[in-house]
Amino acid sequence: MDRDPAMLRTLRGLAGLALILWLVLPLIPLAIWSFARGWRFPDILPQSWTLQAWDYALSDTSGVLDSLTLTIWIALCATGLSILIGVPAGRALGLSNFRSKGLVEMMILAPIIVPGIAVALGLHGVFIGLGLTNTTTGVILVHLIPTLPYMTLVMAGIFANYDTTFEDQARSLGASPWQTFRHVTLPAILPGIIVGGLFAFLVSWSQYILTLLIGGGRVITLPLLLFNFAASGRNDIAGAIGMIYILPGVLVLILTARHLTGRNAAIGGLGRL
Amino acid sequence: MSESLKTVLRLAPALAVIGFLFFGGLVMGLMRSVNYMPVIGLTQPNLDAYRAVLSDPDFLRSFGLTLHISLTSTILSAVLAVASALLLRRSFVGRRLATFLFQLNLTVPHLVGAIGILYLFSQSGSFARLAHAAALIDRPADFPALVYDPYAIGIILQYVWKEVPFIGVIVLANMQAIGQDYEAVARSLGATRWQAVRHVLFPQIWPGVLSASVIVFAFTFGAYEIPALLGASYPASLPVLAYRSYTDVDLASRPEAMAMAMVIALMSAAMILVYTRAARRKGGR
Repeated sequence: MDRDPAMLRTLRGLAGLALILWLVLPLIPLAIWSFARGWRFPDILPQSWTLQAWDYALSDTSGVLDSLTLTIWIALCATGLSILIGVPAGRALGLSNFRSKGLVEMMILAPIIVPGIAVALGLHGVFIGLGLTNTTTGVILVHLIPTLPYMTLVMAGIFANYDTTFEDQARSLGASPWQTFRHVTLPAILPGIIVGGLFAFLVSWSQYILTLLIGGGRVITLPLLLFNFAASGRNDIAGAIGMIYILPGVLVLILTARHLTGRNAAIGGLGRL
Repeated sequence: MSESLKTVLRLAPALAVIGFLFFGGLVMGLMRSVNYMPVIGLTQPNLDAYRAVLSDPDFLRSFGLTLHISLTSTILSAVLAVASALLLRRSFVGRRLATFLFQLNLTVPHLVGAIGILYLFSQSGSFARLAHAAALIDRPADFPALVYDPYAIGIILQYVWKEVPFIGVIVLANMQAIGQDYEAVARSLGATRWQAVRHVLFPQIWPGVLSASVIVFAFTFGAYEIPALLGASYPASLPVLAYRSYTDVDLASRPEAMAMAMVIALMSAAMILVYTRAARRKGGR
């Protein structure tokens, strides 16, 4: 490849700098607010710094810790169920060819594209009849709408590159179906399950309108609490909760950065976090 | 057990859950939007809710606004994403950092981005303060309204912030898979740098850009919390209007809320068609 002229290189560096600035910019005031005391217009930085917002957020009275536990529980349950149901379905989609495969794929893709509110309004009526509204169980179930298709598609991608002959060999050597699964299949697909599961967790973690509608304002997950503090102008506390709220994503990123390229199916559902 | 029976059994739980929760929710919404509820004695479906909604200027204004939000955000995001990917595939000093931030941004929930945009662009936000320091404005009210504004600028800024990295990583991976050989051939045949990108690279990355953009369009058309936080109260975006009518004390407005939900669903169904056609073209390449 030919060398770039110096001006083009400078231009590229400047554009890169602008891009980097723009990507971190919205997170900066959020972080500053969480340590600010009375940060009024027109001060560019707070007059004084404090840990009050963090103290409050981490105290028992604010409800943030309860909310955090609840959000983690809901995301864990939705992820666990998605793995249990999505792994076999992903295997069928990734390995088998059948006549209605295109239709099945479309059925599984649809919940990823159709916005939650279009489905949740109708589902709310059904859940009222089943006594599932305003309950954590109802919220876990409704979170399956985005997490299960996501997990299924990730696993379909994993199984598309999976060789079943190792299973046949294990069986012909006398392994039971369970032993085959435990010692042959699972080790091969485990990395896929972990990456898919981590991102399914994040998909559930970021749900807002599904939780608000089905939880009826009684199941208060972290995003609901965050929205309320931000909308009522408690910027310092919203800043602290916001920092806590992005933490799992940062951790997942550190664990999986090399899987996070556009070539991996894991990326597909992330436009909706 | 035959292999095809196994396939059916493996798919059955997933299809049952998606069938009940997703398609069940859609069908119930559709039934209620046409006032068809045999359980409570409504056996004569009608289109009253759609008539009411489609003749309501508030709805039409919301629809127009939402279309504007989605189209503008999607086009801006796609263009900037392709530009960023072109930038990131070549080496420059901050390339690794920028790539890391792309990935980091993907994991940050939209709501956090929305709050960040609020603190940056509101009339007492960081940019207003900088403008004051530069003696451009005296009071917060002098700063242009970029959030809660009728043009939904704040909402669009948030979507662009979140979706450029989303489309960007997909395009970047496409570019890396394609490699630079084709462009090098075009260059050796006398094409300029821009001609090689325009006529050789772009046609190859286009299907990927299209399918990612479709996901972005459908998402921005139906997302609730971002316009609820950053939008003007009037006109509200369609998802906000639908939620408001649904939670209205007047139960009579519920079928209208359902009709709006169906409009959102219909819009995304159109997007699914575009998506699968784009995917097929990508597969056929």
